Amino acid sequence: MIKVRIPAQLRTLTGGIGEVAIEGSTVGEVLKGLDAAHTGFGERIFDDDGGLRRFVNVFLDEEDVRFLDGLATPVTAGQTLSIVPAVAGG
Amino acid sequence: MDFVSGLRCRECGRTYPAEALHVCDFCFGPLEVTYDYDKVAATISRQRIEAGPRSIWRYADLLPVSDPAPVDLGAGFTPLVRADRLAAELGLGELWIKDDTANPTGSFKDRVVSVALTKARQLGFKIAACASTGNLANSVAAHAARAGMDSVVLIPHDLEQAKVTMTSVYGGRVFAVQGSYDDVNRLCAELTSEQPEWAFVNVNVRTYYAEGSKTLAFEVAEQLGWRAPDHVVVPIGSGSQLTKVAKGFKELHQVGLLDEEPSVRVSGAQAEGCAPVATAFAEGSDVIRPVKPNTIAKSLAIGNPADGWYALDTIRKSGGACAAVTDAEVLDGIRLLARTEGIFAETAGGVTIATLAKLAAKGVVRPDERVVAMITGHGLKTVEALAHDVGPTATIAPTLDSFAQAMAADAANSQRSPQ
Repeated sequence: MIKVRIPAQLRTLTGGIGEVAIEGSTVGEVLKGLDAAHTGFGERIFDDDGGLRRFVNVFLDEEDVRFLDGLATPVTAGQTLSIVPAVAGG
Repeated sequence: MDFVSGLRCRECGRTYPAEALHVCDFCFGPLEVTYDYDKVAATISRQRIEAGPRSIWRYADLLPVSDPAPVDLGAGFTPLVRADRLAAELGLGELWIKDDTANPTGSFKDRVVSVALTKARQLGFKIAACASTGNLANSVAAHAARAGMDSVVLIPHDLEQAKVTMTSVYGGRVFAVQGSYDDVNRLCAELTSEQPEWAFVNVNVRTYYAEGSKTLAFEVAEQLGWRAPDHVVVPIGSGSQLTKVAKGFKELHQVGLLDEEPSVRVSGAQAEGCAPVATAFAEGSDVIRPVKPNTIAKSLAIGNPADGWYALDTIRKSGGACAAVTDAEVLDGIRLLARTEGIFAETAGGVTIATLAKLAAKGVVRPDERVVAMITGHGLKTVEALAHDVGPTATIAPTLDSFAQAMAADAANSQRSPQ
C-alpha cells in the first residue's frame, strides 16, 4: 500500500481524513485508485487529457513527480505520495 | 470599507467569498480578488489619492482590505528615478528606475506583506507565517512584530547571512530548512493543511498578498504624472509581481485614473540558473517545466513558479519578452546600476538590469519607449555575491606617501581597464 497525503482542500472527499492508503504500482495507478475509493479526486487532479492539472503538484516522498517519470513513475510499498496545491512566494 | 466583490478562480471561474482561501477547491487554480470597479470609480480620484498617506495605503480603494490603521511600516511610495546615465550606456531614451530598495525592510515584499497581514488580522489570524527566499521572511518577521503577532518563517538553509539576521532579529520563530525554496514551499503548503490557524502570507492569504504588488504600477503611473510607461521590465520569481503590475495599470484606466487605455509592454527577467519562464518563452511553449535552481539570484530561485504560466501569458499578450542572464551578467548588472545611478540592488536587481541591457541590445526594449525597470531589493541583502568583485581600491598606510603610491598605481591600472 502507498500512503497518500490529502491537502485540506480535498479532504471533503475523504470525510476529513488527511491520509489514506491506496494500492498501485505507479503514481498514475495510485491516483486512479484514489478516485475509485473516493469519488471526485479524478476530475480535480487530472485535466481533460488525463495529465496532472497545471496547479496540482504530486510528490513521491520528497520529489516532484514531474522530475521523475510523471504519472508513470513506479511506486513501492512504504512510499508516500503527497498531493499539494501549487503555491509560490519569494 | 473595501470594494471587494469576492474571489474567483483564474482557471475554472468558480467564485468564492472573500475569506482565507487561496486555491480553488475544485481545480487548485489560484484565486483572484475581484472588485466592484464601478463603486471604486465613483469614489476614487487623483486628488483623493494625492491627499492620502505616502505609502501603498494611498491606493486603499484598489486594495483588498480596508483598515484605518493597517499593519504598516511605511511600505511603498518609493522613488521613481530618471536614469539618464544608465540609459546612455544602454542606448535607451527615457529610462526610469523604480527604486524599491527604499522600502522599510529593503524590498518590494513590504508592499505585499502589509496588505496580507492587515487582511490576516481582519480575518482573525494571530500568527503570521511564510515560506521565503529571504526578502519575504524579512518583511513578514518585521510586520508581525509591528502588529504584535507571532511569526513563523521558513527559509532554505543556505540563504545570504544578511537575510537570515534580518529575519531573526525581530524575535519570531525562524526555521532553516535543509532543502531548496521549492522544498520549503511544499512543506508550507502541507503545513497550511495542518495549521489552519496560521496566516501563511504566500499560501492561504496569498490571494490578498499578491494584490499588494499592484501598487508598483499605481505609483509608477502617478509618479509619471498619471501616465503609463510604454515598457516595464520586471524580475520573475513566482511570476506574481509581473502579472500584478500589468493588472495595476489596467485597473487605473478601468476606474478612470488614466485618460487613455494603457498599452504597457511587460518584459520578464530571470537568471539562467532558474529560468523556467524564459525557457518557455524562448521555445514558444505553453508549458512551464519546473527546474532545480542554481543561481546567485536566490530571491528569484523558484524552480516551480506558481504564477509562471500567467506571467508568460501576460508577457506574450502585452508584446513584451522574457530573457535570462548568467550569474556573471547579474554581477555586472548590479555594478552597472550602482556606477551609473548610485543605486545598490540585490542580485534580483542585477538580473533586471542585465536583462534590460540584453533586451535593449536586441532592440526589444527600444530608445523611443518610456521604460521603467523594477529594482525590487537592496544590495546589502546579498553582499556575499560581490565579495570577489568589489572592494577597496587599495589598503594603505596612514601616510601621504602611501596614498600617493596607491593613487598612482590605480591611475595606471585604470588606464588599462577603463571600467
